[in-house]
This record gives sequence, structure tokens and C-alpha cells, in this order.
Amino acid sequence: MKTHTLSILVENRAGVLSRVSGMFSRRGFNIESLAVGTCEQPEMSRITITVRGDDPVIEQVKKQLNKLIDVIKVSDITYREHVRRELALIKVAASPGTTRAEVMQIADIFRAQIIDVGTKTLVLQVVGDPDKIDALETLLRQYGVKELVRTGTIAVLRGAKTSAGD
Amino acid sequence: MKTGAKLLVEGLIKQGVTTIFGYPGGVVLPLYDELYDSPLRHILVRHEQAAAHAADGYARASGRIGVCLATSGPGACNLVTGIATAYMDSVPVVALTGQVPTSMLGNDAFQESDITGITMPVTKHNYLVKRAEDLDGIVREAFHIAGTGRQGPVLIDIPKDVLTNQAPDPGPPEDIVRRGYNPTLKGHLRQIEKALSLIADAQRPIIYAGGGVIASDASAELIRFVEMTGIPVTTTLMGIGALPCDHPLNLGMLGMHGTRSANYAITECDLLIAIGARFDDRVTGRIESFAPNAGVIHIDIDPAEIGKNKKVDVPIVGDSRSILTCLIDRLPQKKQRGAWDEKYNHWKVTYPMSVPDDGHLRPQMIIRTLSDLLDGEGIIVSEVGQNQMWTAQHFCFKHPRTWITSGGLGTMGYGFPAAIGAHFARPDLPVFDIAGDGSIQMNIQELGTVAQYDIPVKIVILNNMYLGMVRQWQELFYDRRYSYTELPEVDFVGIARAYGIDGMRVDSADGVREALTTAIDTDGAFVLDFRIAREENVFPMVPAGAAINEMIGGQQK
Repeated sequence: MKTHTLSILVENRAGVLSRVSGMFSRRGFNIESLAVGTCEQPEMSRITITVRGDDPVIEQVKKQLNKLIDVIKVSDITYREHVRRELALIKVAASPGTTRAEVMQIADIFRAQIIDVGTKTLVLQVVGDPDKIDALETLLRQYGVKELVRTGTIAVLRGAKTSAGD
Repeated sequence: MKTGAKLLVEGLIKQGVTTIFGYPGGVVLPLYDELYDSPLRHILVRHEQAAAHAADGYARASGRIGVCLATSGPGACNLVTGIATAYMDSVPVVALTGQVPTSMLGNDAFQESDITGITMPVTKHNYLVKRAEDLDGIVREAFHIAGTGRQGPVLIDIPKDVLTNQAPDPGPPEDIVRRGYNPTLKGHLRQIEKALSLIADAQRPIIYAGGGVIASDASAELIRFVEMTGIPVTTTLMGIGALPCDHPLNLGMLGMHGTRSANYAITECDLLIAIGARFDDRVTGRIESFAPNAGVIHIDIDPAEIGKNKKVDVPIVGDSRSILTCLIDRLPQKKQRGAWDEKYNHWKVTYPMSVPDDGHLRPQMIIRTLSDLLDGEGIIVSEVGQNQMWTAQHFCFKHPRTWITSGGLGTMGYGFPAAIGAHFARPDLPVFDIAGDGSIQMNIQELGTVAQYDIPVKIVILNNMYLGMVRQWQELFYDRRYSYTELPEVDFVGIARAYGIDGMRVDSADGVREALTTAIDTDGAFVLDFRIAREENVFPMVPAGAAINEMIGGQQK
């Protein structure tokens, strides 16, 4: 079992996300994360999905995605040189005079930015590989994570190549 | 400028549609008004499910795209079983549904249902049309998608205001460009070469042909390939008719209720050539024991079917007919495989499909007599259950598209409305629906349709006053505890007569030939109520989870 990163170019139309996610649920494939947004080409969107499974399962996922009429291109970039990023917003309990300084120090180490300061909380914005976000979350848990919001992974190939250009 | 309703009707006519099966309702009134004096023939069914099945039966019998029509909400929802049936068997159907006006969408308006959402998992694609000017393009695209690649149903949902709004007359049709849809039709030459070399080396090859051979009209090519190579064939339920039942290289159907010769040959083969088949669980039984020692060549138009259930050595994606033609052109010298020929012919002779001739009114004998009388020249539609399996086992089909049955979804109630559709596709042929007393009661209201349009469909009810296939499983695996499978007696001939249709009840074996002859000779519809031996079973049978060579029953000579 390995986590695969699929970069999927789709028509930017109503219902496309539901076709894609519906296919995953009805065929019993598990989505670990999903991110969707517009892309460099008008009238298209890019969906980035990370999905866990052994090779035959991932093969089925890709084939079933390709069968959807609104799916233009499915690229499995798992084994190609790429960079992956996820953004998380973490609201942590951090009252002045007690733990606030420690939380700020941890944020600094992870190059997280503090984007909101409340009387009893801080909101951290962190960008990185999903593992890095997991690590930060684990560290912050002892102070009290009030809320955690993650965007899901997005990824792009290194160098001049593009995921849809292969 | 034209209304959306007019554009839609003209769009259908441009696609070559002549007949649609439907049922009116509130939001499709503008469309029905347009149909009133259009050249399209509309067949009014008695339940929308029947419209979908009739469109499906029409498509299977003709190879053209079937069209059904229903109103919004309950009308659209009633199509769903029919659409799912067509989806599972890859049948090209375009389903049109009315929808509440665009201004009310999502408001829980009267008779609103999210039919595009509901049918997403059971359609090849679907559309919610938002503007009248999009209708022409969407109709063309829908027919293109339904009828190409791996065929399947496409639904178009049309809000009422889209039907009444005006839009400019479309110009000459542009090419359909869909960057996400480009089915592969031609096989990869290198894979074809690899397949040829496996075929050349094989000592015990077998062809496993499925519905894809029928769908791609590849029957003639299959027969040619088989005769040039001398390789025996077994067909799936959906592949029946791809080559004549009495062809010396035809081992019959394989799988759960397949012939012993087919299942033994699959188990012992060293090369399995799957053509337009998908290794369904009813075919393979325990998958690890299915063709356990064979190399596998898999020809299919849908790449997702290749390697889905069984590991494949040579995958060839494309249209069966085109690939078979390509293989035929490159075939090596015919190889002698005397030991193998002897082996499967021995099984064929030792384990024929047979019926005890003991004077009881047995369903198999009814099917055999009908087969004898029609001699392959007719369309046989079945319901689902024992009636379906007895027909598949005992009727001798000689041509493709003469056997119409719900394989993948196994939809009871499919046969009668599908037979109505088949009649409009092939009015030149007699059409028989082989039913059980359970199945026929799922869409028996269509006697009204048959009576109204004088449709000469013959219904053969194999009446055992049970839901027979479920009862059979209860007998064999649930200690004869017949939990809710017994049905009370019904006077089917009386029901038929109430609709103005003639019929006959048959209680004994000596009445079979005469009754069937009467039905064939009757101009209109006819209902035959055969009171068969109540606890007759379908044999041979592979129990659930067993290997396909572990069959019970069907050994008598």
C-alpha cells in the first residue's frame, strides 16, 4: 500500500467534483485528501487527489477516472520528481504569560506564520509537505488545538515538465 | 427562432430516431405538444420503468440507440431501474426527462427530483440543460457518447422553461469535440502480435466470448476466426447468439449455470481468449480457480475491465470486430490439437443439456419445443431467474441480437417491456417473452400497451407458483425453508382477456406443441400460462463461492 498523488485535469463544469468523488465512494476507493481549483487553462480545473492503495487498486482508480467524460487527463505523479504542498490553519490555545512564547517558538522553527492573535489563542498558518503539518500538529496538541483546517495536498512536477504534458 | 421543444424533436429526428417510449406529465407538456404532430412515433407505456426497458430492448434488437421519455420527479425516478439495467449491460439508450423550471431548481418544487444526481452512478454521462440554445449540441453529444466506445445510457434532464424558451435555429452540425472522451477502437499491433504468438503455441486454447461481440456486431468475424483456428468457444449469458448454438465448436454457456463441457474446458485450458467479456462473478465462480493454468488474452473496448478481476498476459483495448479482423489477417497456419479436440468433444457428448422425458410438464421441454418451432428465427426475451437460465440453456440461438436478457443487473420485470421494444426494432420477427409467474407480475400492466398498439408479443409464463430461483436456493442451501417465495395461483389468461388479449392455459406435456403453435399463428399478442412441475430446478449449478468445475446436477444423459 502506498499513497499516490493524482493530478487530474477536468472540465470546469457544474457537477464535475461530484462525478469524481461519487466514483471514489461507490467503488470503495479511499480519498486521503482532495484539493480543487481553477488552473492555467480557462474552462478547466485541476483536482489533486491523494489515494492509498496497492498497484492494482490505483490502476483501477486511474482507469475509472479516465472513463468519466468530464475528466480530460489523469496524471499519476507519485514516481516522478515533484513537490507537494499543503496549507493548514491551526488555532492553538496560547495565553500571554503562559504558553504563548513557547507556541511562537515552535511556529518559528516550522516557519509557520502567526496570522491572528486573540486574547487566549493564536492562529498559525503553515505550508509544507503533509508530514510536516502532521508533525507540527502533534507538537501543538499539548497546548490545546482548538481548530485545525487543512487544504489538502497540491503538487507540481519539478523542472519544465507539466503533469498534463506527458 | 424555435422553441426548445421543437429543437429537441428536430434533434432526435436528425439522429435517426423514429420511435420513442414514454409517459407524459406536467413539465413535459410543451414537448408532448410538439410530439402531437411530429413524425416521431411515441409509444405510451403504462409505467415509466417499462419505457426504459422498451428503449433498451429496442437498442439490443436493432443495434441502434433506444430512446425513452418521462416527466420530472416520480416519472424520472421510475426510469432508474431501466437505466441501471442498460448501464450494467452496456446498452445504448438516451433517456429524456422533464425537470421543473430553472428558476425553481433546488427548491423542492412539485415533482422535482435531482435526476442527474440520482443517475450519476448508472449512466455513462448525463446532462442538465440550462439553455434552449444548448439543446441541439447536447442531443448530438448524448447520442455520440451513448453509441460509441463502451456503449451505455445517457440521460438528458430538461427544465420546462428550456422547452418553452426560444433559441436560434442551429446551423450545420459541427464536429463533436470532447477532449475527455476518445475511445480506443483499433487494437495495438504489438499486443496483437503477442496474442498471435500465444495462439500459435497453445495446446488447449478456448475463446470466452461475451456481450461485447454482439455489441460490436462481430459475430461474423468471430465465426471466421473460430473456423480458421479451430479453437472452441464458450459464451457468457450476454454472448449467446454470437455463434450458432449448433456450431461444432460451440461449447455453450459457461459459469454458474453453464454446461459442464464449457466449465471443464475453461478449467483445463492453457490459453483463455476473452473477447468482450468482463470476468463477472457469475461466470468465474471462485476467481482463483478460473482458468488457473492459462495464459490470458483479454480483448475489450473498456480499458478499466482489463485486469479488474483477473490478471491478464496480453491486454488488447479496442473494438472486438476491428481486433478480430486484424487477428484474422495475420493468423498463422491452422494448428492440429487432436487431444484437446477429443477432450472437449468427449465432455460435450457425455454431458449434454438434457431433460427427462417422463411425461411431466417440464419447463426445459417447453423451451426446446419453442426452439424447434422457431428454428432460430425469432427474438427471445427473458425475465430473470429460472426462466432466464432454462432459456439460455435449452433454446438454440442461431443469430446475434435474437437473445435479449438482463444479465448484469438481473432485473425482474425486464422481459415483457423489452420484448415490446424489440418488436418495434424488428417487426419482421416473432417476439417471445419467456417469463416466470413472479417476473411477469412486475410489469404485467404493459398488457395495456400491447393491447392499445396491437403489439404481437407472445408471453410464455413458466408458472410454478414460486419465485423459483430463490426457492431453488432455499431448497439447496437453506434446508427447504421456503421463506416468502410461494405465490398464490393467478388466472393469467383471465388477466389477458380483461385487456382484450387472448391466451391459453396448459397443464400437461402433450399440450405444449399445440399451444406454442397457436401462439405463433395468432396475429396479435398471446399469453400462455404453463403450469410446470413446481419444484423443477436449474442444473447444472455452481454453488456460490465454488470453482466452476465444482458443479452439481445436470449429469443425466
